[in-house]
Amino acid sequence: MVQPLNYLKESASQTAGPYVHIGLAPGAAGFDIYRTELGHDITGPNAKGDRITVVGTVTDGTGSPVKDVLIEVWQANADGTYPGRGAVEDGFRGWGRVIPDFDTGKFSFETVKPGAVMGRNGRPMAPHLNLWLVARGINIGLNTRMYFGDEDKANAADPVLNLIEQTHRRDTLIAKVDGSTYHFDICLQGDAENVFFDV
Amino acid sequence: MTTSELIQRDREWHPPAYTKDYKTSVARSPRNALLSLQNSDSELTGPTFGHSDFDLLDNDLIRNYAKSGDPIGERIIVHGRVLDEHGRPVPNTLVEIWQANAGGRYRHKKDTYLAPIDPNFGGCGRTLTDDQGYYVFRTVKPGAYPWRNWVNNWRPAHIHVSVFGTAFAQRLITQMYFEGDPLIAKCPIVKTIPDQRAIDQLVAALDLNATIPLDSIAYKFDIVLRGHRSTFFENRPEGN
Ligand SMILES: [Fe+3]
Repeated sequence: MVQPLNYLKESASQTAGPYVHIGLAPGAAGFDIYRTELGHDITGPNAKGDRITVVGTVTDGTGSPVKDVLIEVWQANADGTYPGRGAVEDGFRGWGRVIPDFDTGKFSFETVKPGAVMGRNGRPMAPHLNLWLVARGINIGLNTRMYFGDEDKANAADPVLNLIEQTHRRDTLIAKVDGSTYHFDICLQGDAENVFFDV
Repeated sequence: MTTSELIQRDREWHPPAYTKDYKTSVARSPRNALLSLQNSDSELTGPTFGHSDFDLLDNDLIRNYAKSGDPIGERIIVHGRVLDEHGRPVPNTLVEIWQANAGGRYRHKKDTYLAPIDPNFGGCGRTLTDDQGYYVFRTVKPGAYPWRNWVNNWRPAHIHVSVFGTAFAQRLITQMYFEGDPLIAKCPIVKTIPDQRAIDQLVAALDLNATIPLDSIAYKFDIVLRGHRSTFFENRPEGN
């Protein structure tokens, strides 16, 4: 025998289930309960930078839209500063919740384009949104990133994109540009399956 | 300013993405390996919430949607602490819960189970842990409900729980079960978890010490989030 290490174990994940909206976005579930629902406004009114819209669909391995998914977004501001790491604009939370249309599965949200943020060992990371997906059938939340299609140079130098050995799969993380709108579809399984991270 | 990295998530403790007996996971599980990322600020930072985001009754599911009286059901208190893997409390972190009513019916557009909606029960609550990591909710015990997986599957009574921590990579959603429920051992969602000890950790214990005599019974449920690695020595930068 040896001395016990006495660490606790992380609580095991369980699926958020089909009714995740009751807990995290009751308005979408069809009722009004809280004075303010969290996650509707990623940036607040004072955020500097380019206002953008992100649209897309999450699809499953059969190509069908995942209509009950809930996506959380976490991002830096236009200067590349995460809240808690430096001064950000008053009201900038950097976090939001995205709920697709229950009938079509299409999602859309507004934010500002984040700046490049410092990565490990002093290597900057290209501007990106951190995304976390939960839904019925997803046993543990899926982490991925959305990069921007108009940042070719920064993307080419990004230390995380460069970790992806199969270079064609890097494209699964890069949103297509259409003016101030970025198109980003997330495929959970199949040929176009997004890269997901174990963070 | 830096924060030390998180202890690696134990993927043999958590359910895998693909679990054939929980059928919805079959088409919703990635087939490629997850790409392991060493933590950067993108993972080590996360949103914070303050008391101005909430109202006093947000953690009282008996009162927060009451229209004409109290909801039907067994009155319970659910309380516990949010801790990290070192056993340290996680203060001021957001805990959100949601659940079916005492009859096993959710207040959700998409729930069509024949059990009635309770006009006085919304089914969600939220709170911040205190400076010692404690949280408390008051609610009614949720009922078991049937779901389509195999033809005859019943979820054990459960409360869904969402927790943040301080880093986005600590984000966790899980479910709390109730001590003594025979449906726990039969549930394909519970059984996505490969390790029985990890299942036991999600079963809240009856806590008679925390009951309110002649009013509410109590269950204690501690939630553990990933801890930060100890960094006694600086990490040598990777060659690149
Ligand atoms: Fe449920």
